[in-house]
Amino acid sequence: MNWADYVTPLLGGLLIGLAAAGTILLLGKIAGISGILAGAFSRDKEDRWRWGFLLGLPLGAYVVARTLGVEPVVITDSPLLLVGAGLLVGFGTRLGNGCTSGHGVCGLARGSRRSLTATATFMAVAALTVWLVGTLS
Amino acid sequence: MSARNFLLALLCGTTFGTGLALSSMTNPERVLGFLDVTGDWDPTLAFVMVGALLVTTPTFQWMARRRRTLDGDEVSLPSSKGIDASLLVGAILFGIGWGLVGLCPGPALAALAIAPREVVLFTAALVVGALLHDKVFAPLREISDAQE
Repeated sequence: MNWADYVTPLLGGLLIGLAAAGTILLLGKIAGISGILAGAFSRDKEDRWRWGFLLGLPLGAYVVARTLGVEPVVITDSPLLLVGAGLLVGFGTRLGNGCTSGHGVCGLARGSRRSLTATATFMAVAALTVWLVGTLS
Repeated sequence: MSARNFLLALLCGTTFGTGLALSSMTNPERVLGFLDVTGDWDPTLAFVMVGALLVTTPTFQWMARRRRTLDGDEVSLPSSKGIDASLLVGAILFGIGWGLVGLCPGPALAALAIAPREVVLFTAALVVGALLHDKVFAPLREISDAQE
């Protein structure tokens, strides 16, 4: 790895952090994507900001793709895996009340013990899953 | 007020999505590479987290005392409920799903702009899973809790 390999992810992380900071400072909300998504299905006018945030995610990615360029998305083509994993992520993040942005980026920053526990748990389980899949295939 | 909030949220979401794409978090291969601790380890995600926490940590530490937005509106931060079964089981389920494909909510939504065909199936299932929890599981659990 050379220094450029470190800088781009760090820079990307800074932008993510900036976005989360902006969300709490300007909107008073936690930038937890699973929570923002779940709340977007409400009929309440007060929740309309969520659609703005959610729209911004692909928009930002699109801008990068069109300007600096992005790595291609290398992903499994197994519909079973995609659907199964999607269901698990959707359900699990709601049950655990957060994901990598909510618990990881925001929760850890707050020093939340719940978020530390959640983050450590999903990180460890994800790593274990990768290992298991690698071993079994 | 609502329109202003929508635009501010759009700005924040766009910044977030830019960061995700720039750091290659939209590429599941990168994420799985980080999670592959016993194999060819890819530290990229660690740098992303560090970068993010460098900004959010002082922000949230300040917010914990201030408890108001820059406009002066009150902010409600998540209460420090104890670590319960929901948190643990939720994190486990999420971890399995994340480890299987290498996508979590934010990157999935962002990646819709880059690889819509592959990501849309995952994202649709994610939404279904979330709704299953919120509209089916959670209400049922409330009913069963109320009966105890």
